[in-house]
Amino acid sequence: MARAGWKFNPYHHRIPEALERARHPVPPADTEWPVWEVFRQPERGEPHVHVGSVHAPDAQMALVLAKEQFSRREPCVQLWVVRAEAIFATPYEDADIFEPALDRTYRLAAGYKVRPRINQAASSSEEPSS
Amino acid sequence: MTQAQLEARRLERFEARVARGEKVEPGDWMPEEYRFELARLIHNHANSEIMGALPEGSWIPYAPTLKRKMALTAKVQDEVGHGHLLYRVAETLGKSREQMLEELFSGKAKFSNVFHYPAETWADVGIIGWLIDGAAIVNQTMMAQGSYGPYSRALKRICAEESFHIKHGYDIVVSLATGTPEQRAMLQDALNRWWEPIMMFFGPSDKRSVHTEKLVRWRVKLKTNDEQRQEFLRKFVPKIWELGLSIPDPNLYIDEQGTVHYTEPDWDQFLTVVRGGGPMSQARLATRRLAWEENAWVREALALAEKRYADFPIA
Repeated sequence: MARAGWKFNPYHHRIPEALERARHPVPPADTEWPVWEVFRQPERGEPHVHVGSVHAPDAQMALVLAKEQFSRREPCVQLWVVRAEAIFATPYEDADIFEPALDRTYRLAAGYKVRPRINQAASSSEEPSS
Repeated sequence: MTQAQLEARRLERFEARVARGEKVEPGDWMPEEYRFELARLIHNHANSEIMGALPEGSWIPYAPTLKRKMALTAKVQDEVGHGHLLYRVAETLGKSREQMLEELFSGKAKFSNVFHYPAETWADVGIIGWLIDGAAIVNQTMMAQGSYGPYSRALKRICAEESFHIKHGYDIVVSLATGTPEQRAMLQDALNRWWEPIMMFFGPSDKRSVHTEKLVRWRVKLKTNDEQRQEFLRKFVPKIWELGLSIPDPNLYIDEQGTVHYTEPDWDQFLTVVRGGGPMSQARLATRRLAWEENAWVREALALAEKRYADFPIA
């Protein structure tokens, strides 16, 4: 049986060293970089759509990381990154501000029905055929 | 209104929203227990993605063909990418990435039981891709219907990539199953070793699992562990048999209704493994920590990079 195969594991020979070093851990350096929201444009002319976020020290690195993370398979012609703290949002609790206070059909094409009126006018002006 | 009444009203409104199938977003009020359970679950999931990259990543240099090497590299990159997405999601619930990594290294936070075992042969790479990613997708398509918006959105993307992993794993398994007697024996050996960890993948039986009822009501979970295990078995047992492989469980059979009956896994052993007592638990954690420490220079270099911004107009 080819069980010996797992000894090819490149990390295998380092496991004793890794275990030894884990006894004296080095505290992680501060890499809590700012969050950048990522917007992907699938093709020219299409809108940029929010696809997620990355941590990065600056915009250039945010673009590099966003490319790796959000365009591995999906079509993409451009990425935008925006500092998360630059985004202002309305609170969900106030979603009622978007509810129409009045009947708003006067703003909509569907609020105007002309065909029935034309048909009605046409039929009432027709001469009765003897 | 007293504080207690206010809390009760908030909880009532929260539960009604979840029951309507609405998503919960990071800024929304949520019960502390919901936040805690979800953060724990997503943190474990993120850990499993980056720990899962280790057994497979170590096989990249020994992939049998260039095409297999490229596909396996892509899969491992996807898993690390999933880790990134999920740590970002978990961060919206309060902890920093560094805190979460420190909790992983110190053994305070767990990762999936299946990554506490060695990947001994190339056939293991096929079995992991096909059956473990196959089990993961049963769990993750369910979780994508869950109530937490950021998790649900990340999982939709993750599931799309997992389907490539499963197909590639299946392709490796079929190559070995239709290959030489030695290849078939290697594949059967891998299945024999992986079957029990895979049966444990969805976690303890409902009879032993705590908290399930509330988590189902809050749509943190949508199916119990046993329901997910059953769904996985119904899907994969016939496919395993179709390849002429045998499943190392003498009590396993499918009844007339299509229900798969099986030997209940040893849940005490499962707990020992996920608490760091598995054959590779400490070696994997030490390897992950070593990689974190040795790559510190990359993070330091990135942090010092000259600040440059896009110099073309965008809008």
